[in-house]
Amino acid sequence: MNQLSAKQLRDKIAARQTSSVEATKAVFARIAKIEPIVGAYISTFEEQAIARAAEIDKRIAGGEKLGQLAGVPVAVKDNMCTTFGTTTCASKILANFHTPYNATVVEKLLEADAVIIGKTNLDEFAMGSSTENSGLKQTVNPWDTKRVPGGSSGGSTAAVAAGLCYAALGSDTGGSIRQPASLCGVVGLKPTYGRVSRYGLVAYGSSLDQIGPITQTVEDCALMLNVIAGHDTADSTSVDEKIAPVVDYLAKLDEPVKGLKIGIASSFNAGADEQVRKAIDEAIKIYRNLGATIVEIDMPHLDYAIAAYYMVATAEASSNLARYDGVHYGHRTREPNDYIEVYTKSRAEGFGKEVKRRIMLGTYALSSGYYDAYYLKALKVRNLIRGDFVRAFEKCDCIMMPVAPTTAFKIGEKVDDPLKMYLSDIYTIAANLAGIPGISIPCGFDNKQLPIGLQILSPAFSEEKLLRIAQMYEKQTDWHKKRPLI
Amino acid sequence: MSNVDYKVLVGLEIHVQLYTRTKMFCGCELAFGAEPNSRVCPVCLGMPGSLPVMNKQAVEFSMLAGLALNCQIAGFTKWDRKSYYYPDLPKNYQISQYDLPLALNGYIEIPLKDGSFKKIRIIRAHLEEDAGKNLHTAGNFSQVDLNRAGTPLLEIVTEPDMNSAAEVRTLAEELQRIVRYLGVSEADMQKGHMRFEPNVNLIINRAGQQFKTPIVEVKNLNSFRALENSIEYEIGRQLDRFLETGETMEMGNKSTRGWDDAKEVTVLQREKEEAHDYRYFPDPDLVPVRVNEQWLNEIKSRLCELPSKKRLRYVKDYGLSDYDAGVLTNDRLVADFFEDAVKAGGEPKRVCNLLTQVGLKRANERGCAITELGPKAADFAQTANMLQMGEISATAATSIISIMFTSTEQNPELIAREHNLLQQSDAGKLETIVNEVLKSNQQAVADVKEGGKKSGKARGFLLGQVMQKTKGTANPKIAGEILDKKLSQ
Repeated sequence: MNQLSAKQLRDKIAARQTSSVEATKAVFARIAKIEPIVGAYISTFEEQAIARAAEIDKRIAGGEKLGQLAGVPVAVKDNMCTTFGTTTCASKILANFHTPYNATVVEKLLEADAVIIGKTNLDEFAMGSSTENSGLKQTVNPWDTKRVPGGSSGGSTAAVAAGLCYAALGSDTGGSIRQPASLCGVVGLKPTYGRVSRYGLVAYGSSLDQIGPITQTVEDCALMLNVIAGHDTADSTSVDEKIAPVVDYLAKLDEPVKGLKIGIASSFNAGADEQVRKAIDEAIKIYRNLGATIVEIDMPHLDYAIAAYYMVATAEASSNLARYDGVHYGHRTREPNDYIEVYTKSRAEGFGKEVKRRIMLGTYALSSGYYDAYYLKALKVRNLIRGDFVRAFEKCDCIMMPVAPTTAFKIGEKVDDPLKMYLSDIYTIAANLAGIPGISIPCGFDNKQLPIGLQILSPAFSEEKLLRIAQMYEKQTDWHKKRPLI
Repeated sequence: MSNVDYKVLVGLEIHVQLYTRTKMFCGCELAFGAEPNSRVCPVCLGMPGSLPVMNKQAVEFSMLAGLALNCQIAGFTKWDRKSYYYPDLPKNYQISQYDLPLALNGYIEIPLKDGSFKKIRIIRAHLEEDAGKNLHTAGNFSQVDLNRAGTPLLEIVTEPDMNSAAEVRTLAEELQRIVRYLGVSEADMQKGHMRFEPNVNLIINRAGQQFKTPIVEVKNLNSFRALENSIEYEIGRQLDRFLETGETMEMGNKSTRGWDDAKEVTVLQREKEEAHDYRYFPDPDLVPVRVNEQWLNEIKSRLCELPSKKRLRYVKDYGLSDYDAGVLTNDRLVADFFEDAVKAGGEPKRVCNLLTQVGLKRANERGCAITELGPKAADFAQTANMLQMGEISATAATSIISIMFTSTEQNPELIAREHNLLQQSDAGKLETIVNEVLKSNQQAVADVKEGGKKSGKARGFLLGQVMQKTKGTANPKIAGEILDKKLSQ
């Protein structure tokens, strides 16, 4: 079991108290033991990772100054492109797909001298809230292997929770970093839309997708953000650093935010399970003890967030996933009769049920005659929700709420009820629609010893402050130190 | 058929391939005829996770073309996805512009035979990416070449304001000149840089009633000739069909026909226009384009005088014939060369003659540009002026320019001297020669003085003798004047 955080490990490797090879081998030893139970990874690169770790150790021994993650074994969600291994998106349609380029975030991890040890499982094309929609394998929750890890970055959160890596990257379109982080008892940050380059992230809902860190501690989260944040000329939607500068998120992490004002939307939070609500209330109490004041805020349009989200996300998805047609790459049906069958059969065979459902929904929403009623209306709701946040943040520094209405649910419990599954995202979706950052930090356990997450939302590009707020809490509590006994 | 009263209506959808260095949304170089799939990258291949980045040069070229076509340039424009499945379209959507095109509400003026101009209205011009090409040369399989995928295209849509095949051709040629002048497209129809898709139908007046024939969209036109002939053909075909069946335009009976260049006929490709639902929506991977005044002014400053205006000015200011003005203005390089020569002090008409009759002729033979021949604009100007001043003959002027094509010597005056091409204009010297000729040709002198039939011929003989004695260098005008003076004494 790893006791060190990513930053602690990095510092120890740098101080030559341990080596990257040692840490990497230890992780792979644990993977050999635990991974058959957890199922967090779609692929691992043991040989390659150890070779790289050795190289990094050598460079450290040579007195070279290395990157911020030098020697640290990390994992990447398998919807981010890597020139090594496959990039499957947990879909049969891309099961053997090799991409010729690295995602910008992967390049950045490599530049920071991290050791990428594997690619983690997800709901197919990041569509889901339990990782049950993976077309390739099942990931379980390390706290209770009969339960889901959440999703869609369930592989990454399970890996971090189970000590199968020191930190990981996830992607968050409607809560896919925060919700599984909450369910697995780890830290997960969805940065502001445009903070991290999406180049090489296989698109689901392009206007909502954002890559972020999944870590053991808030400090690791700041460290990972340091590595991946920034403008990318290859992504037009990544933000110009002149407008929103990237700062060193670690530099002032330990400075508490003075006069912190926390916004709470009581009525909205009332929908969560009692034990979840209690944990959130307790967490807020801690902030109050630290001198924070609580402001009641009004978020009148939040009730429509799920409806708007499933229009926008599926519309974009229907278009983004049109390219998987069996013509240029990926799964192609055998012996098609004509080119139309190349499309219809390849897609019918390659895509899973949930992906098909969302493609159908999105296609419908964009169709002529329905566009105004669905897609355009959803965009209007999206603007109203943005407005809700702008007004709320005039009164407070951040908003706190649950991440998910419940703790981890049982595998299979919601698979036949997509609507119920969609409702798992009720607290996370609004941040994606508004483009603002949100973090999930461990804040307790329910009576089944399942972790609960506290969600903190803050204005666009205020990650530095958001992390400081999260750090204030983490310093007062030990929840983040608790690890599953797997 | 001649008794049928009808009017032809043609509107055009034109795709102009922009001559940018790289593709519309990635850094791949544009290449015609490169090895299949050699000019591709994750972006234009539509690989998972890749993202488009707008080519600013393509936007600026489009603004420039839009301005030249008298369009309004939108202050805010965006990118939309147009969805349809086809193997040559890697993402199965094309990035295009739907409801907010970059340029709109313009017109293009085309010269008519009677010297007047006609305005053809332009509805819109928008930017989009081209698809690849499907190749059907591998037996049972089709192959896809994506070199062309992502090439920037400017789609220009006109109102159906053209009323004959000749007008369509004139517009097409004028547009080709304009985009070439602006340097925004190579506009070579054979290479598909400019693709015209005319929508043709007729309004037929019969027995006090008006009938509209179904609209036909014609595709597969690879030359101006094909464009013109296909419309001529369609006019005849639609007229025959109407007289035969009485079929008129209805919802959904627009058809697509392909031009068969060998048989010179249009062939039905698609009977009914399919009810396509392209599911347009704004591309979330790209940010909208905002054109501010400063940017627009910067582009405006890059506009040049357009060929039709230039042509008129050449006739008006330089007294050139319309034909010559047309030849000079057809190609911006030639026009610029001509204007440089005029600026260097060359007499416009003489420069024009030397340029069109000697320079362009040789450039065509060599297949090179006028600027690559050797003699510079100033050399043409100087030669033209020597001719104008009577220092050399027209034949000598041609010789001088021709010598410069191959010689390293590029000074017209030195060449004239070296090759003995200067005319003898010294009146004193010429008078001596005239006197000698008169003395030794008494009979001819007598014939001239006698007048009548023989007179003119005799004078010509005497002048010929003068030219012979000077080995052709005598200025014929001055020599003639001296001769006449002597004969009348």
